[in-house]
Amino acid sequence: MDSYFSILFTEVYKILFLLVPVLVSVAMIVWLDRRVWAFVQKRRGPNVVGPFGLFQSLADALKYIFKEIIIPASSNKLVFVLAPVVTMTLALISWAVIPFGEDFVLADINVGILYLFAVSSLGVYGIIMGGWASNSKYPFLGAIRSAAQMVSYEVSIGVIIINVLLCVGSLNLSDIVMAQENLWFVIPLFPMFVIFFISALAETNRPPFDLPEAEAELVAGYQTEYSGMMYAMFWLGEYANILLMCAMGAVLFLGGWLSPIDIFPFNAIPGPFWLIFKILFLFILFALVKATVPRYRYDQLMKLGWKIFLPFSLFYVVLTSSFLLYFDLLPGK
Amino acid sequence: MIAHSVFFYIFSLIAIVSAVMVTVSKNTVHSVFFLILDFISISCLFIMIGAEFLGMIMLIVYVGAVAVLFLFVVMMLNVAEQKGQWFSSRWDGGTHIPVGLLVSLIIFFELIIVIGGWKYKPDLLNSLSLSISTEVTNTKSIGNVLYTDYILLFQISGMILLVAMIGAIVLTYRERTGVKRQSYIKQISRERNEGVNLVDAEKNKGVKIDA
Repeated sequence: MDSYFSILFTEVYKILFLLVPVLVSVAMIVWLDRRVWAFVQKRRGPNVVGPFGLFQSLADALKYIFKEIIIPASSNKLVFVLAPVVTMTLALISWAVIPFGEDFVLADINVGILYLFAVSSLGVYGIIMGGWASNSKYPFLGAIRSAAQMVSYEVSIGVIIINVLLCVGSLNLSDIVMAQENLWFVIPLFPMFVIFFISALAETNRPPFDLPEAEAELVAGYQTEYSGMMYAMFWLGEYANILLMCAMGAVLFLGGWLSPIDIFPFNAIPGPFWLIFKILFLFILFALVKATVPRYRYDQLMKLGWKIFLPFSLFYVVLTSSFLLYFDLLPGK
Repeated sequence: MIAHSVFFYIFSLIAIVSAVMVTVSKNTVHSVFFLILDFISISCLFIMIGAEFLGMIMLIVYVGAVAVLFLFVVMMLNVAEQKGQWFSSRWDGGTHIPVGLLVSLIIFFELIIVIGGWKYKPDLLNSLSLSISTEVTNTKSIGNVLYTDYILLFQISGMILLVAMIGAIVLTYRERTGVKRQSYIKQISRERNEGVNLVDAEKNKGVKIDA
């Protein structure tokens, strides 16, 4: 029993060591998002609180904490309170399997990529619960839109993951990174990387696919009735999910913690920093897309997901597997 | 392993309680939420016996896709209207009673078979010819069996699902007339001389367009 508690203690210590940086970086990434957005639009963005406005997110968080939480009288109270908690929790637990370096991962499980995929498919529930429990028209419409959108794009993400797995022969995320030692998958699977990036935008409800919270049509979508800390939790969960999608893209296509070329000044930088650089690179792409592309119409979004991305990525699965089979490159032989 | 059995009992308790709550709770949306909780705890149990692949697939397929559709359907139903229909004591001719009885009888006999099968469990365990090795991950071993020995069954079940899907689409498909569809090719291939029509308007007479 004593050893059991000591294991528990070290695990909790490790989890804190992972989660605190993730939460801090979520706050920082919101600031970065707004700065990039402002930069593209020739504005200044948040630059008042702290140096370069770095503490803007902390000030915002403080504001949210001290605001009153309003629970609508006709809402389903328990589900209403549970929804942001679910969103936040699901956004954070997926970080357990992201490998930051060789043997530098919280849970090195065999089915890591499936775990990531499963948790991201659970993410729909936070939104549906929030929209339904609010018992109000706009949140409900937003939730339905969001659920349909996330389920649709998950399908193409799943097929894209199959493409990567064909080249790796393992579901373990560390194995996926190690398989890219010689060649990052972004080069042979470039079309898949593009589709993954666009699907990740849709999966995280980012512009140009932010129809669930299209303010011109639905006020704020599923979060209309939320206020104070509960709204902040939705918001944090959303950004944590965006970061996670960036991390997933970095691990699947950009070689995770590996340095781009294995020569001195590059391979001296430790692996976790490379992963962070790659996540930041993908995130800045996310922010640039947000700043430049206008919002899609809903039928266009569905058409893109089901009629273009899904057939194309299925075709690419056939292409990849035939290529691997023909040149006898199949892994795990 | 005390910790292992503690977790086992926690997950099984959640699974059983939520399964009961699915049938007991009056709000249909709550039922679906309990169903989701049930799926999640069952997948936790799968993971605990080492079937991590099955557990994850359970999460992805049932929780990530099937339960979302359930939730959609249930939310779209007008719950207030249903209350009068299903939960009232008013006798409505009892059209659903025979079907319900049939289904519950089938489930009852199935349960008897399952519990009866318990008797043969020791024989089964002894005659277990499957070699379970801890070397190969269970994802690999499932793939090894599924795509070699059982490939035919696998393909047939895929075909059945496809046919069912096509059937559902055919049943619900209705052709709508008078709908304006956007055609990208039409829009892009439109030229200036098609879109703009210059007309010399006569004084005090005006022009008729689309004549």
